[in-house]
Amino acid sequence: MTISDIPSELRFTRSHEWLRPMPDGIAEIGISDHAQHALGDLVFVDLPDIGRALGVGEACVVVESVKAASDVYTPVAGTVVAVNDQLRHTPELINRDPYGGGWLVRLRPDSPDAGSALMSASEYGALSLDG
Amino acid sequence: MPFIPHTEQDVREMLAVIGAPSIEALFDEIPSALRVQSLPDVPAGLSEFEVMQLMSARARQDGQPLCFIGAGAYEHHIPAAVWSTVTRGEFYSAYTPYQAEASQGTLQMIYEYQSMMVSLTGMEVCNASLYDGASAVAEAVLMAVRANRRSRSARIVWPRNLHPHYRAVAIATASNQGVRFEELPYQPASGHTPVETLAPFAGQDFTALVIAQPNFFGVFEDVDALTDFAHAHGALVIAVVNPISLALLKPPGKWGQKGANIVVGEGQPLGCPLSSGGPYFGFMSTRLEHVRQMPGRVAGRTLDLDGRPGFTLTLQAREQHIRRAKATSNICTNQGLLMTAGTLYLSLLGAEGLERVAALSMSRTEELACALTAIPGVRRVFARAGFHEIVLALDRPVAPVLAALSERGIEGGFDLIEHYPELGPALLVCATETKTTADIAAYARALSQVLQHS
Repeated sequence: MTISDIPSELRFTRSHEWLRPMPDGIAEIGISDHAQHALGDLVFVDLPDIGRALGVGEACVVVESVKAASDVYTPVAGTVVAVNDQLRHTPELINRDPYGGGWLVRLRPDSPDAGSALMSASEYGALSLDG
Repeated sequence: MPFIPHTEQDVREMLAVIGAPSIEALFDEIPSALRVQSLPDVPAGLSEFEVMQLMSARARQDGQPLCFIGAGAYEHHIPAAVWSTVTRGEFYSAYTPYQAEASQGTLQMIYEYQSMMVSLTGMEVCNASLYDGASAVAEAVLMAVRANRRSRSARIVWPRNLHPHYRAVAIATASNQGVRFEELPYQPASGHTPVETLAPFAGQDFTALVIAQPNFFGVFEDVDALTDFAHAHGALVIAVVNPISLALLKPPGKWGQKGANIVVGEGQPLGCPLSSGGPYFGFMSTRLEHVRQMPGRVAGRTLDLDGRPGFTLTLQAREQHIRRAKATSNICTNQGLLMTAGTLYLSLLGAEGLERVAALSMSRTEELACALTAIPGVRRVFARAGFHEIVLALDRPVAPVLAALSERGIEGGFDLIEHYPELGPALLVCATETKTTADIAAYARALSQVLQHS
């Protein structure tokens, strides 16, 4: 996957989470292709409860692969409105489709312009290719 | 795989690569004031011959007393095949090798152990063992706090008749992690913890209820009612059990309507000799729904690339060397050697053998209770049925009586005064299948003499 394959509407954190602004003000969150590749085959995803309030940088999800278990950090403060239940039985969706079917959590952000400070796909792409 | 220490040449070459003049120089970050320059209190080494002399003298001091102390560690007959197998070179190692390509026998042993413990406890998954019963309780408490996401209180309710050492270790391990403990009183006439004692917790948030079966006094609890109360209040149930008793008792997986959530205990009764407090091993089993929160490692059965069955470690990603601060435990490893003894013990006895050990221990204890309570000044404290331990009240302080018995070659039991002063002079005694009718008569005779002459 190259930078041009990253959907252009996504915003990224330095810790390899992405955020997709959705039409109704909801923010969808996942981990980048670079992150899933570094983790290897995912075997388990520990998702938060719906209704949980999350602060910026708070660990909201644990993704566990055959070789590591890592926290996913919340890119913007908000309340969990949905989680990707399919990951409970098919965590490999994150490996197969990190920017689509492999989404993790949907949040209602506390502030409407949340996420504007995050990186664009091309900025992130340059960073993750360097790093 | 050869375990050959580095030669001086190896060391010089490695130091040259990293540009350090000496091994000592690697530690120069530590200020010299903080470094111990010499160890004057540590004596020089002894020769093998001197060590043998010293240890033989110490062993003679131990003597061969007739032991009626239980209180968490129990003397059972261990078939000779257990330790002659455990001490084979393939198992007898200071560190358990886990590489699947080199350690199929070790991994299979762990897998068989887990399978037996799952069956004994009525759970779905078991880890590869923990340090001992006390640390297993502490780990179960921390696991329950992680696993019970509905509860925000980190509040653990446990009975006063849970082993006092287990409570002390759990408090030391978990209280600085924000876990609070609340104690349930026992019923003074029966020694058990009736479900009514939980009434103050009705309608409150508590994370888990610990249930000891049998409890520290050897008495049976009403585990079904306690389990159902906890579950009705959104709390998890941690069962603390004696593995031998499970040959006769309902497995924790069947307690109440939904069964216990986490089962832990001391594995020592399974093939481990009494040995000045250890090493023993702890066990922990649980339901699959909680497996991601279970500390420790699990050996699993799988197929290799050619479709042949084999064994490997699973669920390792939660361990401390990978997950560091977020690991399910930062003090846990498995007790490979003792767990191996436990597995061999269980496999040699089988279900029927274990049941006979449990039943015989119960009847020997009853025999002991009858013999001792026939002596004036000795009475039974609790009227309720139990496993292989009972509490006896004496008409005078226990410690001098135990000392006098000890002079007669009998270890008469565990003095409860320090941990349960409310009982007055009280003694916890135990008889397993190793105590014969003659042994019990010898104890009764000695106790009778001691009480008459003091």
